[in-house]
Amino acid sequence: MRRRSHAAYRRAVPAATAAAAVLLAVAACGPPNPTASTKPTGAASPYGFTTAEQKDGKLVVWVDSTRLDAAKAYQTAHPGVPLDIVTYDGNANGSNTLKTKVQLFNRAGEGWPDVVFTTDNNTASWASQGDDAFVAPLNKGLLDDATLGGFAKGALDVCAVDGTVYCLRNDLAQVVLWYNKKLLDKFGYPVPKTWEEYAALGEKVAAEHPGYIIGTAGDAWAPEIYMWGGECPANQVTGAKAITVKATDAKCVRTARMLDKLVANKTMSMLPLFGPDFVKNQGDKVLMLPGPAWYGGAVFQGTIKTPKGELAVGDALHWADQAQPVTGNVGGGTWWLSRHTARLKAAKDFISWVATADEYQVALSPGYPAFSAAAAKWIKKQQDSGYYAGDISAPIAAAAGQVWSGWGSPEFSQEAIWAKTVIPGQTAGKTIESLLPDWQTAIEQQAQVSGYQVTK
Amino acid sequence: MRSRSWRPAAGHVFVSGYVVLLVAFGIAPTVYALNLAFTDGEGRFAGIGNFLRTAQDYRFVAAVGHVATYLVLWLVTLTVLVLLLALVVHRLASRWSRAALRFVYYVPGALAGASSVLLWLFMLDPSVSPVDGLVRSLWGDTFVQVIAPGHLPWIFTIIAFWTGAGGWITVMYGALNSIPYTVIEAARVDGAGPVKTALRVQLPMLRKWIVYMLILSLAAGTQLFVEPQLVSQAGFGVVGTDYSLNQLAYLYAFDQNDFNGSAAIAIDLLIVALCCAGLFVARGGLFDAD
Repeated sequence: MRRRSHAAYRRAVPAATAAAAVLLAVAACGPPNPTASTKPTGAASPYGFTTAEQKDGKLVVWVDSTRLDAAKAYQTAHPGVPLDIVTYDGNANGSNTLKTKVQLFNRAGEGWPDVVFTTDNNTASWASQGDDAFVAPLNKGLLDDATLGGFAKGALDVCAVDGTVYCLRNDLAQVVLWYNKKLLDKFGYPVPKTWEEYAALGEKVAAEHPGYIIGTAGDAWAPEIYMWGGECPANQVTGAKAITVKATDAKCVRTARMLDKLVANKTMSMLPLFGPDFVKNQGDKVLMLPGPAWYGGAVFQGTIKTPKGELAVGDALHWADQAQPVTGNVGGGTWWLSRHTARLKAAKDFISWVATADEYQVALSPGYPAFSAAAAKWIKKQQDSGYYAGDISAPIAAAAGQVWSGWGSPEFSQEAIWAKTVIPGQTAGKTIESLLPDWQTAIEQQAQVSGYQVTK
Repeated sequence: MRSRSWRPAAGHVFVSGYVVLLVAFGIAPTVYALNLAFTDGEGRFAGIGNFLRTAQDYRFVAAVGHVATYLVLWLVTLTVLVLLLALVVHRLASRWSRAALRFVYYVPGALAGASSVLLWLFMLDPSVSPVDGLVRSLWGDTFVQVIAPGHLPWIFTIIAFWTGAGGWITVMYGALNSIPYTVIEAARVDGAGPVKTALRVQLPMLRKWIVYMLILSLAAGTQLFVEPQLVSQAGFGVVGTDYSLNQLAYLYAFDQNDFNGSAAIAIDLLIVALCCAGLFVARGGLFDAD
């Protein structure tokens, strides 16, 4: 007995020490001491920021998996430029990967990529301001006006803070109405023009063709399709660190009611578009989807594989009382250039090329190019491919200029807030209308955590 | 070791490697975190400002609740099931079935942490799960329903049990073997059946091992991070990235660029874990030498 206890004791001591070590390791997540970083002032630079010492070496490019093609196309067109292409999640769904990494690099004083692609609209807000600014201004001498002026009207809004442009827009993501023309004709429904007609169509479909869906709201970007297009004032960025949030406004309520009704009669799916369930259960039941311009390639051709000749595009839906029809916007990628880059010339050449060159934007891009000259050719190419039923260029081009400017780009992700506040509530059987106060609170709290002055 | 004067012995050589690692990766970072927690961004002394600020964060109390619920579920189920299974294996007469069962228990533990969570993401998604009938009847028809807030503590408990308990069953089995056969024999002669022997003889003699298991599991459990982080990514953000305290500390450091706040949360965790471990050690008599 005594022997056993003694043995246990002797083994328990290192064990407890190990336990203590595990506990101490909780605190071990801190990075090494920050090195003194040079604070860019930009006073003496022709580009509006202090450039780093220029050296030879590989150009480090971060892209998401979809934009890997852009980097590869650049490599093919410029075989002499050494590239180090890194694939990451593109900051999608509010993951904040880039921000996390950049803050680590800021602390380490090294490691920044030279060029980054992101899918979100939050980067300009956090990456361009303060002592640790990461992205370089592009319209202060680095890029010429011919390049910058070639982008569609409003395309560079998500890149700009107080008039300074920090990124090049890769593609526009204006919301339009995607519909299956073959099915719609078969059912004998007209294409809806307003959200009122759309809601009425939902009632009809539910009664006459149950199982078919006319939209989805199970993804984090649902507010950017419906609330943004409905002029819901939940995300009005009024200054560098100021936001006005009115998520229970009448315009938000009417959009919420419409969605609730359609979710209840099952014509609006709550399945995530890119989850395995959607393709399996509802992939062949899609009558129409209000969604961004990239749905045509990514969702209809890529995910649910709509056959050739069935898919068509209608004008973006709007509320009947909107004097000027407006629409929403879901993402639309952006290219950023690091102000720490030691290969400024190569980095500048890279982002100018991928954002504007026909070899990528027309030949390979899955989305509607933000660069106007490329957009015209891209849409013609899509039209000529014979995949679409009818004219898609007019509605997509019209919607490009209709994106409502009242939905801002703060440094936190509205998608992340919607995903964790509204979707779980809906899953538990609540209506969006009843969740609007929670949504309001969640936006306010997140804005305050990010240092914003919140006006209700 | 009776002599009073200190002289190098084989034991010192054996622990030296561990001590070096402990200082480099345990003590030094803790001191660094303590320094960060009590200073502000400019390095000035901030008192308990960082602790107050982080505790008032709207996400803090929620995260504390999540981690506490998970810990209670996890520690209770771990203790009960590990002991039960170890006793069952120990009772088995056949050597072959014992060896086979011990091996089966241990296998999931051999998968590294994050990869086993990834495996569970497939298990939990009704559209791809091999046990989708069970998942549907327990939690719902879609992955988003499965990972509803109320289900998460149970899901994390099951994942943690599946990945971690096997090793502990093996340890407890070893501990049961160290109980002298004469003691069990004496209990049998006195008329104790299997249940009585387990409750009155075996479990009291395993007390220190149980405490040891609880301390290590508590330390691991308070650091809940990989499971909610991966579930968040797989669920398209339906579970926030601020579910646990460790995630919140991560957000403070790498989202808000507030390393001082992050360190304050880490110190909170350290204090709680040390207090609980101290309580277990004192109540469990881990260091009693009879």
